[in-house]
Amino acid sequence: MLEITDLKKEFRDVKAVDGVSFSIAQGCCFGLLGPNGAGKTTTVEMLEGIIAPTSGEIRYKNRPLGSHFRNEVGIMFQHTALQEFITVREILTLFKNFYEQSKPIEELVKNCALEEFLDRDTRNLSGGQRQRLLLAIALINDPNIIFLDEPTTGLDPQSRRNFWDLLKKLKSQKKTIILTTHYMEEAHELCDELAIMDHGRIIAQGTPRALLAEHFNSAIITLPADDIPDAVREIDGSEVVRTENRAEILSRHIEQTIQSLIAQQIPLNRLQVRSRTLEDLFIKLTGHELRT
Amino acid sequence: MNMRRYFALFSARNREFLRDRTALAWNIILPVLLVIGFAFALSTDDVDLFKVGVVNVTESGNSLPFLQTEHIQFIPINEPQAAITKVERHQLDMLFDPNSQSYWINERSANGYILEKLLQASAHNLQKKAVTGEALRYVDWLIPGILGMNIMFSSLFGVGYVIVRYRKNGVLKRLKATPLTAFEFLTAQITSRLWLIVLVTSCVYFGTNLFVGFRMYGSYLNLLLVLIIGTTSMISVGLLVAARMSSEEAANGLLNLISWPMMLLSGVWFSLEGSHPIAIALSKLLPLTHMIDAARAIMIDGATLMDISPQLVTLIAMSIIFLLISARSFRWE
Repeated sequence: MLEITDLKKEFRDVKAVDGVSFSIAQGCCFGLLGPNGAGKTTTVEMLEGIIAPTSGEIRYKNRPLGSHFRNEVGIMFQHTALQEFITVREILTLFKNFYEQSKPIEELVKNCALEEFLDRDTRNLSGGQRQRLLLAIALINDPNIIFLDEPTTGLDPQSRRNFWDLLKKLKSQKKTIILTTHYMEEAHELCDELAIMDHGRIIAQGTPRALLAEHFNSAIITLPADDIPDAVREIDGSEVVRTENRAEILSRHIEQTIQSLIAQQIPLNRLQVRSRTLEDLFIKLTGHELRT
Repeated sequence: MNMRRYFALFSARNREFLRDRTALAWNIILPVLLVIGFAFALSTDDVDLFKVGVVNVTESGNSLPFLQTEHIQFIPINEPQAAITKVERHQLDMLFDPNSQSYWINERSANGYILEKLLQASAHNLQKKAVTGEALRYVDWLIPGILGMNIMFSSLFGVGYVIVRYRKNGVLKRLKATPLTAFEFLTAQITSRLWLIVLVTSCVYFGTNLFVGFRMYGSYLNLLLVLIIGTTSMISVGLLVAARMSSEEAANGLLNLISWPMMLLSGVWFSLEGSHPIAIALSKLLPLTHMIDAARAIMIDGATLMDISPQLVTLIAMSIIFLLISARSFRWE
């Protein structure tokens, strides 16, 4: 549905996007991850047709972006203000009138749970209400392809979960979604395919499962640091990494590592085992802590 | 142009303006207070100098004792007919023609009565030509200036500043992501502000007219035409500022840099007659000057469209030039 070839964007001396190529199939939820300044938003804004690339090609349904794309795309920007002194209902009507084809407002109100603040001024919405309204605006033309740029940043955990439910409904309708996010849990929950960007380039791409399998073959065993004597530097050939009050051991064979711990009479009642996550992958690939 | 998209945005912009009570009040209350204030503060004629127009004054005419009287300002007149109108409006207390030994006074003017006694004491066999007419007060002269100034601020800040704010906070970016074209967006902004200014200005004019009773010797239709064309030219200046800027602070500075000289040099508060030639030349570059001149000519002199055609042509030319430049240089982001 969307083909991107060797996309580049330069701002004066800065290469914000440096030769990015990928394609997104119909119905796929594609996640674009990366630390701040990696080039995610610039890439997405080129795909949205908001800024022009310095070079490279973007094709939607085998055609360059044009007026047909404007009518078929839904966009939720990272930072968007809305006209003031206008109610939620009026802003929906305004955007509905911009398109040749649109969804009934009642349906959007129901799907995005806007009922309780439909006649409220857009200035007086909470963070979660505002994001739901922006999603409703992005969906007003019943788009084939939806761009969501960090849609849950700043939301409390409950609002974020509610928002994910809305996005899962869209996925079930086979809409194509391009999502940028700082939250690896969000990417894991929603995305069928991921691309991780850093320094304007894609450094890894694939399904979340394939990426984790490709980059990790171990799990992490965690224990309170006090439970492991300072003299113990290694367990089963793996280094014991101490961080504040925790100690972590990378383990390829969990049973074998646990046997070694028992053999050294290390108590296991506060032991935790966890699989590698996208967050581990992200830090491994980019060397960055996640920042919001 | 897609009319559905245009009307949707036009109507949204109108709502924004009419529901922003603070801005709306500012747009209405300021000019009303200024007009009422000036009408009452300057309601007494405190000009203590008599003004006499003297037609084609000659050396022999100058020898007349009346023309040597102190505390009377004698003004040479080349166009007697225009001067007679000024006597009717109390802008001149008397018109005196030494060649035909005639004088004109307004029978309702106390100054005219006193001057007549003075004149008759120093010359005989003069022919009196009485005229009538209400005095033209400062407020009658001022009202086009105050309304023009209000229109200027509303156009520059209501269009220019708002578009820059839209650009900075991402409203324009959101609109760009829809099928809306820049032409539709700009047309909606211009026409919405234009009709709102016409509405607010008419309300202020007719509302204050109930208390003050302005002199109006021309056609209201012509005045409306000046209002529409003048406002369009002012809005086009606002668009010019807003075409690319994305800093509200910089836009605010630039708009002030444009509006303050316009307020001082366009004859809002005082006439520029007799000012330095450079000031007069600069004032001709400002659309507000032409709008106020044309409105005053209609209201005070009863000017026809033909009479004010130079101002109208200038305003239309300025509007076209500014709109073309702003449309060509407009950027959403």
